[in-house]
Amino acid sequence: MTPLLSVQGVTKHYGAHIGCADVSFDLYPGEVMGIVGESGSGKSTLLNCMAGHLTPDAGQVIFDTRGDGPRDTLTMSEPERRMLGRTDWAFVHQNARDGLRMGVSAGGNVGERLMAVGARHYGDIREQATDWLDRVEIDSDRVDDRPTTFSGGMQQRLQIARNLVTGPRLVFMDEPTGGLDVSVQARLLDLLRGLVRDMGLSAIIVTHDLAVVRLLADRLMVMKSGRVVEAGLTDQVLDDPQHSYSQLLVSSVLQV
Amino acid sequence: MIELQDVSKTFTLHNQGSAVIEVISGVSFTVAPGECVALTGASGAGKSTLMRMIYGNYLTQSGAIRIGDVDLVQAEPREVIALRRDVLGYVSQFLRVVPRVPTLDVVAEPLRALGVPVEEAQLRAQKLLSQLNIPQRLWSLSPTTFSGGEQQRVNIARGFAHAYPAMLLDEPTASLDAVNREIVLTLIEDARARGAAIIGIFHDEAARSRVCNREIDVSEFTPEVAA
Amino acid sequence: MSDYNFAYLDEQTKRMIRRAILKGLAIPGYQVPFASREMPMPYGWGTGGVQVSAAVLTPDDTLKVIDQGADDTTNAVSIRSFFERTAEVETTTATKEATVIQTRHRIPEKPLSEDQILVYQVPIPEPLRFLEPRESETRKMHALEEYGLMHVKLYEDIARHGHIATSYAYPVKVEGRYVMDPSPIPKFDNPKLGDMPAIQLFGAGREQRIYALPPYTQVVSLDFEDHPFEASKADQVCGLCGAEDSYLDEVITDDKGGRLFCCSDTDYCAGRRARGYKGPAFPGSEVAA
Repeated sequence: MTPLLSVQGVTKHYGAHIGCADVSFDLYPGEVMGIVGESGSGKSTLLNCMAGHLTPDAGQVIFDTRGDGPRDTLTMSEPERRMLGRTDWAFVHQNARDGLRMGVSAGGNVGERLMAVGARHYGDIREQATDWLDRVEIDSDRVDDRPTTFSGGMQQRLQIARNLVTGPRLVFMDEPTGGLDVSVQARLLDLLRGLVRDMGLSAIIVTHDLAVVRLLADRLMVMKSGRVVEAGLTDQVLDDPQHSYSQLLVSSVLQV
Repeated sequence: MIELQDVSKTFTLHNQGSAVIEVISGVSFTVAPGECVALTGASGAGKSTLMRMIYGNYLTQSGAIRIGDVDLVQAEPREVIALRRDVLGYVSQFLRVVPRVPTLDVVAEPLRALGVPVEEAQLRAQKLLSQLNIPQRLWSLSPTTFSGGEQQRVNIARGFAHAYPAMLLDEPTASLDAVNREIVLTLIEDARARGAAIIGIFHDEAARSRVCNREIDVSEFTPEVAA
Repeated sequence: MSDYNFAYLDEQTKRMIRRAILKGLAIPGYQVPFASREMPMPYGWGTGGVQVSAAVLTPDDTLKVIDQGADDTTNAVSIRSFFERTAEVETTTATKEATVIQTRHRIPEKPLSEDQILVYQVPIPEPLRFLEPRESETRKMHALEEYGLMHVKLYEDIARHGHIATSYAYPVKVEGRYVMDPSPIPKFDNPKLGDMPAIQLFGAGREQRIYALPPYTQVVSLDFEDHPFEASKADQVCGLCGAEDSYLDEVITDDKGGRLFCCSDTDYCAGRRARGYKGPAFPGSEVAA
């Protein structure tokens, strides 16, 4: 089976400082990969390099495109990469405001990707947008409201709807539950679990919260100082950590 | 169906003075379809550890663990996940669930993961829950607030929802009264009858001798603790 | 010594502007950056239009200047006399006699010919500006033909008002490629943009952009399949000349709520009245056909 995403030797330096070094892994369709580490571990750098927000100094990020087979996204032209970002890929930002248009209604936010790929029937667009608001548990009569009037959790769910409306195959998530209240986090994670399962999504989730990976990720990579120190099945890495840093991380979490 | 070959496990606790604990070594045995093999041995001998290794939850330091034709020790994560979904069932000692999920959905989950439609999966879940005497009024609640015995029965229902060819059962009858113990033992016998290969840990001797046709003493594989 | 160079601008500047105009004509609807000069009127008073006119005028041209359709408002008068003084060209209020027409926010009712140039004054050339404030991003959107956001704006209109409420500066797609802001002309004028025999030039002085539509260019107003574009106007006839098909201004005539609708294009209205048409404002008149 061809991997959906094949990351090979991705390296990014900030001057003399290592952002991430020589990261390689293959992600298969339907897999959810968690990347954990503390601040400065390089996980966000890695995510941004993979998603095309940062240019790595070395490495390849090979995505199995629908039309052309496996292509190195780093060598793609900008129009191609931007098109990918609107169709097969999605990026859920930590801060919902970075992933939404705050001056546009909820319906417009969700409909934008549809309109960007050619949807031209207002009624259909609105219906799809309303349907998606429903799926992310936002009351459908908020469809014409702007996200500025939404709570943090609602904004995050709107961001998810906006990203998933075109049925992407790969979703990048950067601390999707960061900054949210615990109960709101819980609801969001339940939603994500359901959507990932129902839509057969593949996802790469960066987080410092082990509970998030326990809940969402099949596989786990632990990063420290820019390098991957351990990788494997999520339950195996969390229940039987081998590397000293992984052991430290796991033992630091309070079991409530 | 299940084959272990020279399997060993060591824990290295880096943050506690790099203490090295050799738990077991040189484990070899097979379990054929229709067998139920009991792991025995004193507490701490490594029974649960071995079971977790067979499930892939713990890393195996050396050796091979074959479930069907897949060697768990060498397999890719996605192969292990596929194995756990289709072939290898595991009922752990304590129920571990995603919070906030209703009991019915907890039990239906393994079937949903296999692509079984919602209605059919829930029907089967209802049947099992009824069989295990979990009252209907509890089906829409999360099992996290249930009693120990109820939780264990939910755990078992989930474990038996899909007809796995290989099953690992860790203390399946603990915390159960006589009536429910009987039901669980029947479930195990039915699984054997359909050809499942089962490995179980039972501290209850009567249960063990009822459903198992063989015993393996894990303490034979436990290295002597250095004096 | 107060002699001006012909049409105020020096020859090098006119050359630079003409180059920009040629680029604009070669790529219809594409916004060409140009080095807009300091003009003797402030930004927001038509400096872009004036620079484009100055660059295309020749001594043989006849110039007409209109502001919201009228030749006699302050701005129209000002700019007309500016060119009378600095270029000494013939000026006129009659559309059919002009060779160069500078306009603020209207297209003349009378169809133009291949011998004419229409110069528009443009405040904000970027149709996406109010949704996407970053110039770096809007340039990419035009370059990569990523216009989903434009439809988001129209979607928002329908969601908020039940219909596309944009009534002026209604965005258009040019030759199936660039999305363009036709300047704040009423949407009633949009159909005139396409397949026009005259050359249309758009100048934005403060924003330093020039764009153009060569003759007979395909221009389509954006819409949705289920909310098609309508070139609507007030459902009235001109009170002065009775015209049913010209764009109307609404004039408050007294403090008792009296109002008069009359053609915004003053030359058009005067022409009809000269030919004998009378509108309902004249007692006893019939509404002319």
